[in-house]
Amino acid sequence: MAGIAVSTTINGDKVEYLCHPDETLLEVLRDRLGLTGAKEGCGTGDCGACSIILDDRLVCSCLVLAPEAEGRRVETIEGMAHGDKLHPLQQKFIEHAALQCGVCTPGFLMAAKDLLTKNPNPTEEEIRFGLAGNLCRCTGYDKIVRAVQDAASMMRGAA
Amino acid sequence: MRYIRPLSIDDAVTLIEGSAGTAAILAGGSDLLVRMKGGFIEPDLIVDIKSIDGLREIRETPEGFSIGAATPCAVLRENTALTKAWPGVVEAASLIGSKQVQGRCTIVGNLCNASPAADSVPALVAANARASIVGPSGRRVVPVQAVPVGPGKTSLVKGEVIDAILLDKRPPRSGDAYQRFTPRTEMDIAVVSAGANLTIDEQGVIVSARLALGAVAPTVLLVEEAANVLVGSKPDEATLERLATVCSDACRPIDDKRGTAAYRKKVAGVLAKRVVAAAYARAGGK
Amino acid sequence: MTVNFDPRYLKREFQSVGTRPLRPDGIDKVTGRARYGADFNMPGQLVGRILRSPHAHAVIEKIDTSKAEALPGVKAVITAADLPNLTDGDAAMFDVLDNCMARRKVLYDGHAVAAVAAVDARTARQALKLIEVEYQVLPHVTDVDEAVKETAPILHESVFTEGTETRPGKPSNVAKRVQYGHGDVEAGFAQADFIVERSFKTEQTHQGYIEPHACVASVGPDGTADLWVCTQGHFVYRQHCAQLLGMDASKLRVTSSEIGGGFGGKTHVWAEPVALALSRKAGRPVKLVMTRDEVFRATGPTSATSIDVKIGARKDGTIVAAEATLRYSSGAYAGMWAELGAMTAFACYRLENVKTVGYEVLVNRPKTAPYRAPSSPQAAFAVESVIDELAHKIGIDPVDFRIKNAAQEGTRSSYGPIYGPIGIGPTLEAAKNHPHMKAPLGPNQGRGMACGFWFNFGGQTCTDLNIGMDGTVSLAVGTVDVGGSRASLSLVAAEELGIDYSQVRAVVADTSSLGYNDMTDGSRGTFSSSMATISAARNAIKVLRERAAQMWDIPVEEVIWEKGHAVAVGEKHGNLGRLSLKQIAAESGKTGGPIAGHSELVADGAGVSFATHICDVEVDPATGATKVLRYTVIQDAGKAVHPTYVEGQYQGGAAQGIGWALNEEYIYGEDGRLQNAGFLDYRIPVCSDLPMIDTQILEIPNPNHPYGVRGVGETSIVPPLAAVANAVSNAVGVRMTHIPMSPPRILAAIEAKGSG
Repeated sequence: MAGIAVSTTINGDKVEYLCHPDETLLEVLRDRLGLTGAKEGCGTGDCGACSIILDDRLVCSCLVLAPEAEGRRVETIEGMAHGDKLHPLQQKFIEHAALQCGVCTPGFLMAAKDLLTKNPNPTEEEIRFGLAGNLCRCTGYDKIVRAVQDAASMMRGAA
Repeated sequence: MRYIRPLSIDDAVTLIEGSAGTAAILAGGSDLLVRMKGGFIEPDLIVDIKSIDGLREIRETPEGFSIGAATPCAVLRENTALTKAWPGVVEAASLIGSKQVQGRCTIVGNLCNASPAADSVPALVAANARASIVGPSGRRVVPVQAVPVGPGKTSLVKGEVIDAILLDKRPPRSGDAYQRFTPRTEMDIAVVSAGANLTIDEQGVIVSARLALGAVAPTVLLVEEAANVLVGSKPDEATLERLATVCSDACRPIDDKRGTAAYRKKVAGVLAKRVVAAAYARAGGK
Repeated sequence: MTVNFDPRYLKREFQSVGTRPLRPDGIDKVTGRARYGADFNMPGQLVGRILRSPHAHAVIEKIDTSKAEALPGVKAVITAADLPNLTDGDAAMFDVLDNCMARRKVLYDGHAVAAVAAVDARTARQALKLIEVEYQVLPHVTDVDEAVKETAPILHESVFTEGTETRPGKPSNVAKRVQYGHGDVEAGFAQADFIVERSFKTEQTHQGYIEPHACVASVGPDGTADLWVCTQGHFVYRQHCAQLLGMDASKLRVTSSEIGGGFGGKTHVWAEPVALALSRKAGRPVKLVMTRDEVFRATGPTSATSIDVKIGARKDGTIVAAEATLRYSSGAYAGMWAELGAMTAFACYRLENVKTVGYEVLVNRPKTAPYRAPSSPQAAFAVESVIDELAHKIGIDPVDFRIKNAAQEGTRSSYGPIYGPIGIGPTLEAAKNHPHMKAPLGPNQGRGMACGFWFNFGGQTCTDLNIGMDGTVSLAVGTVDVGGSRASLSLVAAEELGIDYSQVRAVVADTSSLGYNDMTDGSRGTFSSSMATISAARNAIKVLRERAAQMWDIPVEEVIWEKGHAVAVGEKHGNLGRLSLKQIAAESGKTGGPIAGHSELVADGAGVSFATHICDVEVDPATGATKVLRYTVIQDAGKAVHPTYVEGQYQGGAAQGIGWALNEEYIYGEDGRLQNAGFLDYRIPVCSDLPMIDTQILEIPNPNHPYGVRGVGETSIVPPLAAVANAVSNAVGVRMTHIPMSPPRILAAIEAKGSG
């Protein structure tokens, strides 16, 4: 069976790949394109570790078929920093120790970025519900929420 | 396996009808991909309907609303007019899955997956929503309740595709609401759920009512007896108690990993009361 | 003494230890650069997949792999026949071997029976479907109370209960009976004015780490091998894999990837020997990643338990006797879980008469592995619930009741040793005075508190400290970093050497580069590696002094090390000034070569850790839904090397305990199969389920560590089951005895109370 040729944009770069029809975008990112920042924690959309932003929507890349990315814009964790300049969320996650093992962190950063893009001044409750699709087993979420609050404040100050 | 993205609904119908093996429709994929990974389905053809004109939009018409079948649930909530007219339907749709799933899933996918616990269905049934179906024999419109016939099974024949969900214009003093019970605050499948749709008169007396229960039977239950209890009354404590009893009695739930039958029966009554109170308040009742 | 320096606590001012710098591995983790188990690939690698039993208990009559082997793209198929028994009478290792791949019987739903390595995932999946296994299905038992009955199906015909007075005549699912305690409980109860006796049940849970097990194994034709794997103990994995595959340990290099959570669940091998065996047979590297379904079905969850507790006290609040009988499920192979429960159950208290009896029970479930203070949470749930009930019965405040009976320095613990200075009393006093206790409670709300205990371990540890010619310091440690220990150890090295934290870089070395290290468990990561780091640093300081002496041409006895500098002592050297570490390092090429300090030691004296937690909940009486309103963790850390990471450990353990208390459980069907092997229906807390978790770090120094450090990683999971249960019980007015307290259980309890 010949593969499907897909032409898409990932973190601002034009990317082309071949894929099977039933391959997921997560599999293509990790196994074909070497972008291993998105993680497979469950493969069924229940943990959020594979979260990416597809045309301005936060999605689980394990639930997107690879051919669907044709002509669309994909953002992954690898595109969040600009060169050596970290995004405020990345900086605040480190400062607040909002990560321990760090495997859920790329997914959380994508979800938090999406949240703050749509709601720059969220309440604690809005942050918690906005991140409810991302599981963390290490931190108990406390420091994650504080990091997002601090980053939001910093981003509003800079705006 | 093939993946095709047709540009018109007629092309989609032709493709599916003409496919040799199994064909699956892909909109949000949040049910289809999970079933594929679990080995429950191995489609020979995947038809992605997201490029079909008109399927990703919500149209307001003189008759009401037409919600395109490939419209993600997140978009429903962003539509002010729809949220104002049918807050119950929108809140039900907004409860499906996580934030990540919300940007992808559709109420049509939710309906056609035919899970007894689907979130959007009780609200749609209470709202008397209809499904617009395009197939080899043309177009037909049916109540959404007629679509799921059992867990995982629908009444659609091969080649039929739902292209929109239709909701009526609201009479004045109407309100709908949806509530579900889950052990966690997010991410769970409903253990039991209820959708209510009421219209009241100037005195606050209920003149029409539809109440549907989810996850307590193989398909969503439209509880006729609930309407009988509510119509002609106000939702005072005695009426609500009668409502709860009638709803608990109407349930035919099972024990499973998400809840026991006894628990579902009990909580169905509790949710029915709460959802009627919420719908009544939205209708302007006090 | 097993360390080459005096390890005793010395009160002092700290420069680096106790500060909160940013962790060194943070940037890689927030940018996606960090590489975890599944993020690594080797050229030419194959995809490995495992075939698993769909039966809870069955004899394997026959396995036919011929069709799978014939499928194009399949490069190797293995069964137990490819993993010969090289365990040489070591029963524990045999259990590991049999668990990795079933030999004669399958003992749980998900037990591995065969494996394939193929060119891609699709082919591997297809190959699994072509393996034909004939099973003779046997009756199964999955419940810990059912398994001890006379009529229960027996898992192992060779298991006869150990620890009974007379040897039993027939095999049993009770593998072991253990007993701890002292005094005379019968005499004690006779003195009691009040007695509470209750039985409790807790369901099985899983560590729930977000990263599934993953490895890449490559065995060369000369028998040398490489294993990249996410693990809490790469040295242990090397030892076990080498033994099971019949290799020399020195020929197997194990590199630990970043680990995406372990909590004790990545201390055992499951897929790794299989991956190595596949690679050996195929002659190519094999990447084997577990699915989430496999992680739940076939790795190492906790024990489910059934516990009876009886405690008696005088009306003045003195506990006169305490007794517990604890049945712990160990899964399909025996472990030490009941023993740990029996040891920890009453560890918080000062008791004249105490007796605990533990039974290790085999059931057709996966082999239990440790989960953060293993066995202690379940026992604490039972004991702390009865303590609360007894306090209410006597009419004493629950905190005061515990303070009155808390263990102290000099107390003979319920499991044997005499305690040194310990933190239980201080954590209780701190709880009593914490603002949480004064927060007002509304309708349907309840408050609960509980204590918890965990011993911590020391173990074998090696560390290398190398000083570059530019004066920067590389620290190679052998304990895997699960939560920020690289940052903490860098602080320790900086502290000892007297230099800035930014000049130190810690890495986790592979097995070829360091001597043996025990794994990161028993809260030992920072404790033991800090001991080894201190030792290595002090050895390096000896060398630095020698080099300075050489540079100055004076005897080394006249050189001391002070605040990062060599200083010549004595009036005659008054004009010599000081030499910084950087200056000495720059000259090292001329003074004798690279400067380093090594340490191989067995860290002893780890020190026990106590905690007290307070929890407020609101319960919806119509549905049994529970919301956690407030949560406070108060725990003794001895000395918090990096306070932010200590807080993180406290919060993380509390969150896991809250999930365990309210919603997490393994649900098995009548058919013995696991029904909720995924994150949808195995319900761990999500962000919106929890409030902020307040923490208070107490520091009662461990006398057996130079800085007073105690292990901190585990104790925080011990009190939550009881703290939440006491809170719920107070909110609904019914004693809850079954964990998790899911909404149906709470509603049933409320209704039973209403109708009773």
